[in-house]
Amino acid sequence: MVERRLARPEPTRIVLTEEGPALVSGPVELELPDGSRVRSDRAVTAVCHCRRSKRYPICDASHRRKVRQEGREA
Amino acid sequence: MTGTLDRPRTAAPELPTPRGPLSGAVVAALRGDPVPAVDTADADPYGDDLQLALHCCYELHYRGFAGVDDDREWDPAVLGLRRQLEQVFLAALRADVEPGDDVAAEVESLLVEPVGPGVRGVSHHLQRDGTLGQLREYVAHRSIYHLKEADPQAWVIPRLSGPAKAGLVTVEHDEYGSGRPERMHSTLFAEMMVEIGLSDAYGAYVEQAPGATLAEVNLMTLCGLHRGLRGASVGQFAMVELTSSPGSERLVKAMRRLGCGPAAIRFYDEHVEADAVHEQVVRRSVLDPLLAAEPELAADVVFGIRASSLLAERMGEHLLGCWERGTTSLRTTPTGSAG
Repeated sequence: MVERRLARPEPTRIVLTEEGPALVSGPVELELPDGSRVRSDRAVTAVCHCRRSKRYPICDASHRRKVRQEGREA
Repeated sequence: MTGTLDRPRTAAPELPTPRGPLSGAVVAALRGDPVPAVDTADADPYGDDLQLALHCCYELHYRGFAGVDDDREWDPAVLGLRRQLEQVFLAALRADVEPGDDVAAEVESLLVEPVGPGVRGVSHHLQRDGTLGQLREYVAHRSIYHLKEADPQAWVIPRLSGPAKAGLVTVEHDEYGSGRPERMHSTLFAEMMVEIGLSDAYGAYVEQAPGATLAEVNLMTLCGLHRGLRGASVGQFAMVELTSSPGSERLVKAMRRLGCGPAAIRFYDEHVEADAVHEQVVRRSVLDPLLAAEPELAADVVFGIRASSLLAERMGEHLLGCWERGTTSLRTTPTGSAG
């Protein structure tokens, strides 16, 4: 009997964006330098690349350009 | 055995009290009473009467009303009224929104985050020094949408094709909890309402919601139910997904400052991360392929973005204006609310 080869799994697609996070498809588990792990079950997870996220390693849109508005309320 | 008299969350709401001739005519039609002729010539397109009338027409497509036959959804008398109301609302928006067709520039402008003491906004106010009573009011206003979160945008799915459809469904799927009902955003919102002392019954705050609040949600349904407005529907969807992450972060901070519990914080906490992803998916997997397939929709996408921004600003101004005058932003005090 010939053993059937398992189908080669689809490669994981990671989309690197210009301004912000890397987009990873499917549930992911991220391991941090201290060994702790962060799990995300979303269909797409945005992984912070700019290190500005207050929820690192998950993107929180902190990479956005900010414009300061002073004083008087419009 | 339960000791509660609360309606179950799935119960259809009662018909609201009319606020003028237009909502009076719609409520009469829904009750099966004779429908008076309506004149929309002098109607305020964003006002209490017209927006409540439109809300009642649209709710037939969602949860309906207690005591109203489901078949009224396709009653020509109701649809005729709805058409008249929609034309007034849409004409006002077309007149008040500056036209444009540069979607990329429009998106770029939404991705700039104003910061500092001069920024005027409801979430900024609530984060800085809003009261628990004001936070409750805000949540009561938002409940008109969030208890059916993602439903108005679901109408556009069959009007799209190919990659844009797949991209939009990816985001909608996440809104609906990715297959886990306990994670549905509408469920998380309902849990938040209960934790801060509000009723989570569907439609519980419609009576208290002014025209400015109803108009935002009516725009979503208007664009969703008209194939001809599919570009505007996607624009409206993009506006919400692109702008809500930083605002959600401010509301998390407001709730922590005001000592709200974990179920309250969870809803906006979830949206900080979810909408940071949705922003990316909406831009790359919805807007780009939609405009590649149907470039002629660019002007309507911009219209959807600007019309929803306009209505969001009007609602925000209403809330902040009332609070600055020391009055409630709701039409009456919601059940369970206290300063």
